[in-house]
Amino acid sequence: MPYMQSSRKKLFLVRKLSKGVYIIGSGEAKYGELWDRSLREIAVEAGLKAVESAGIRTKDLGAIYMGNSLGGDISMQEHLSALMSDHAGIASEFVPSVRVEASTASGAAAFREAYLGIKSGEYEIAMVGGAEKMTELYGSEIIDITSSIIDREWEAFTGATPAALAAISARKYMADFNVPREILAHISVNDHANASLNENAHFRNKISLEQALNATPIAEPLNLMDCAPLSDGASSLILASENYVKEHGIEGVKIMGSAMSQGEFALHSRKSLYTVEPTRIAAETALKQAGIGIKDISMVEIHDSYSIYGLMALEDLGFAKKGNAREIVENGIGIDGNLPVNPSGGLKAKGFPYGASGVGQIVEAYNQLKNKAGKRQVKNARYAMTHSQAGSGAASIVHILGVE
Amino acid sequence: MGELSRMWREMPSRYRMEGRKCENCSRVYFPPRDICPVCHRDSIGKMKPVDIAGNGEIISYTVVHETPPAFIRQKPYVLAIIKLDEGPMITGQIVDSEPEEIKMGSRVKSVFRRISEDGKSGVIHYGYKFTLDK
Amino acid sequence: MSGIVSYGSYIPKYRVKPDEIARVWGEDPENIKNGIFILSKSVPSPDEDTATISVEAARNALRRGGMSGQEIGSIYVGSESHPYAVKPTATIVSAAIGADFKMFAADYEFACKAGTAGMQNVLGMVDAGMIKYGMAIGADTSQGAPGDVLEYSASAGGTAMIIGRERVAAEIKSTLSVTSDTPDFWRREGQPYPTHGERFTGEPAYFRHVTNAAKMMMERMQTKPEDYDYAVFHQPNGKFPTRAAKVLGFQEKQYKEGLLTPVIGNTYSASMMTGLSAILDAAKPGDRILAVSFGSGAGSDAFHIEVTEEIEELHKRNVTTVRKMLEDVKFVDYAIYAKFKKKIVFGEEVE
Repeated sequence: MPYMQSSRKKLFLVRKLSKGVYIIGSGEAKYGELWDRSLREIAVEAGLKAVESAGIRTKDLGAIYMGNSLGGDISMQEHLSALMSDHAGIASEFVPSVRVEASTASGAAAFREAYLGIKSGEYEIAMVGGAEKMTELYGSEIIDITSSIIDREWEAFTGATPAALAAISARKYMADFNVPREILAHISVNDHANASLNENAHFRNKISLEQALNATPIAEPLNLMDCAPLSDGASSLILASENYVKEHGIEGVKIMGSAMSQGEFALHSRKSLYTVEPTRIAAETALKQAGIGIKDISMVEIHDSYSIYGLMALEDLGFAKKGNAREIVENGIGIDGNLPVNPSGGLKAKGFPYGASGVGQIVEAYNQLKNKAGKRQVKNARYAMTHSQAGSGAASIVHILGVE
Repeated sequence: MGELSRMWREMPSRYRMEGRKCENCSRVYFPPRDICPVCHRDSIGKMKPVDIAGNGEIISYTVVHETPPAFIRQKPYVLAIIKLDEGPMITGQIVDSEPEEIKMGSRVKSVFRRISEDGKSGVIHYGYKFTLDK
Repeated sequence: MSGIVSYGSYIPKYRVKPDEIARVWGEDPENIKNGIFILSKSVPSPDEDTATISVEAARNALRRGGMSGQEIGSIYVGSESHPYAVKPTATIVSAAIGADFKMFAADYEFACKAGTAGMQNVLGMVDAGMIKYGMAIGADTSQGAPGDVLEYSASAGGTAMIIGRERVAAEIKSTLSVTSDTPDFWRREGQPYPTHGERFTGEPAYFRHVTNAAKMMMERMQTKPEDYDYAVFHQPNGKFPTRAAKVLGFQEKQYKEGLLTPVIGNTYSASMMTGLSAILDAAKPGDRILAVSFGSGAGSDAFHIEVTEEIEELHKRNVTTVRKMLEDVKFVDYAIYAKFKKKIVFGEEVE
């Protein structure tokens, strides 16, 4: 039996290792406030659309990976992998199915597990689903529930919320690098402009810089327009091995790099309030795997659940030095800009269904690389980077996709 | 539907800020840790309880307007990351001050306050908050 | 001789003026100010209650005494506003100061004299050799029904006294109590606000108990009012204690140091104890203090106290004095006061 040595110098038994892993189909249920649709409905819709787009049948699936963050608390429903599999009519195929949870990066984590499952040689085809219903509850209870993505005992207990922690990072960042609120607002303005071209987006309206700056405060210095909304939504992708793609003559999009890094859980435990070290490490690793440099990236989908996280991500991913993300923003982040950022509309405007977003970002990258993004098509898109962050930056997952 | 043991077991840290000191490297941790992230296995069995005085400095802060149910009467409230004199950084509310009085670098001291409660008939959860140390 | 080894107080930062309360209820604020002589009263933050106030007072007492919670052998908390009807405040205090598992503790209730009843109890335990140091706390976040005359006075505060035989800063030379069944003020189980007998609270209740206890103490100690440097009485309003003092023959210079009600209102179980705390902040070795509490229902506890040289050690410690707490305040209007005091009712699920 052949053995291979990994970069971490541990021995792995290798059988039938798949050289490459490809995305061969995508599907999405519209993001938004979907009052008349249930969690199972949107998850099944996205999944079946992906199956259809890949030109396979559900019986071809080797495994299903479901990304979901808060289903237990919001919908009082765990075991979404079983729910999804059954209601997509796959139960009779007895396909292995598991839910992956990494808070707001759950979708990207599920995608990465599917990638690893195929790369290991265990599966030829896998489905990834990301689904979340954020709007099932009324009142401020949802703020407490979304605070499960930060340290419950030592952050949320004291009154911290995800927005509050982002605001604490923002204030420090703005003070240390003398960055005005306008730069943060640009991230949201760009998201809305792009989302206006995306029919699956939660918000289709453009916003002005002035609107972004003068919205209701949420956690100062951040206001409503700095914060991604509570959205329902589901996204799905079909992944296949290199053998499968070659045998069937499918032109997939290659997953060139996939990396995850995990750091300190609580913001107060980190050395810096505005550096997400896991993002830096995951990006560096993914680029190395892909064998390309940061300048080769044609477009990036970043995890801008809060505008400040958008700036921090641009720096930690390697597009700018710490404190200099404003240069990227000022050089143009629109679809025709120097670095197209969030052509999908991003978390702020496409919407932020926690467990779906990480998959949704890759759906966008896939469509862009397949030249199927319509009005928001990035010209000559060759390499796309996607970045999903868990909570206030406890973990990050970076993927690089490319067309050959 | 209350929470008892989860809150009860943290009382020494919530009520009087009991932290941990790694006797291998002398670093102090609050919130408490069972393993020193610097010394790793060398710290096993050497993480001893240590009292934190509760004095420190505001590193950054926010004024929270969208609050979870427990804090609705205090809205808007100030939440800060504080560097304690013993070394660790923690998250906590700054009370009894208007947001305009708060600055990065302000000195604070800990106070004992009500944090939340399990409804009107449930247990009251107490813990540390901070006030400006003038 | 046993006595007070250290002491500490805590008064919340917020204040409301009678003008604000009178404005809402259509009363003449001048009538109120003249009638009960209260110019402002303390208001607890929404996150403060008798337990948090007790802990802050206890910590100030420990800090001033340079002691650790481990040295405290008993804790008694007197209050009419314990956060739980069943489950002690004393256990919350003992956990918060890091007291030992081996510990005497209980909550007391005797309207406004539950804290001084605790002092007597701890003193007895010290004298009996059961403990080295004990802590008695009087603390309240008292309630007055909206629009009731009590709403102008019912306030919040707390004082902790550490009592022992060593390093005594103020010897308790003698203590006595008077007790009678006099229904001048009460709150039935389950009722949110107390009820009072209006003018009945005066002569048959407050004045009968306070003046008799004071006279009995002076008789026992063979003292006259002029033998005391300070006198402090329970302060349900600004008028009663000064009238009691005058009836007994005390001068303003003797009672003004401990008279806090005009600016902080009636802190109930903490009232006389906080007055005593303010006196100890100012006292010199050799000073004599007559302190008399009153609890509705009714009874009074009288103390004859003599200050020792140890008081100067306590004054050296960097611990907030009562006067200092009176300076750093924030005034709120009735709406904020109503929100803070939870007079605005939300749905059950909200808090």
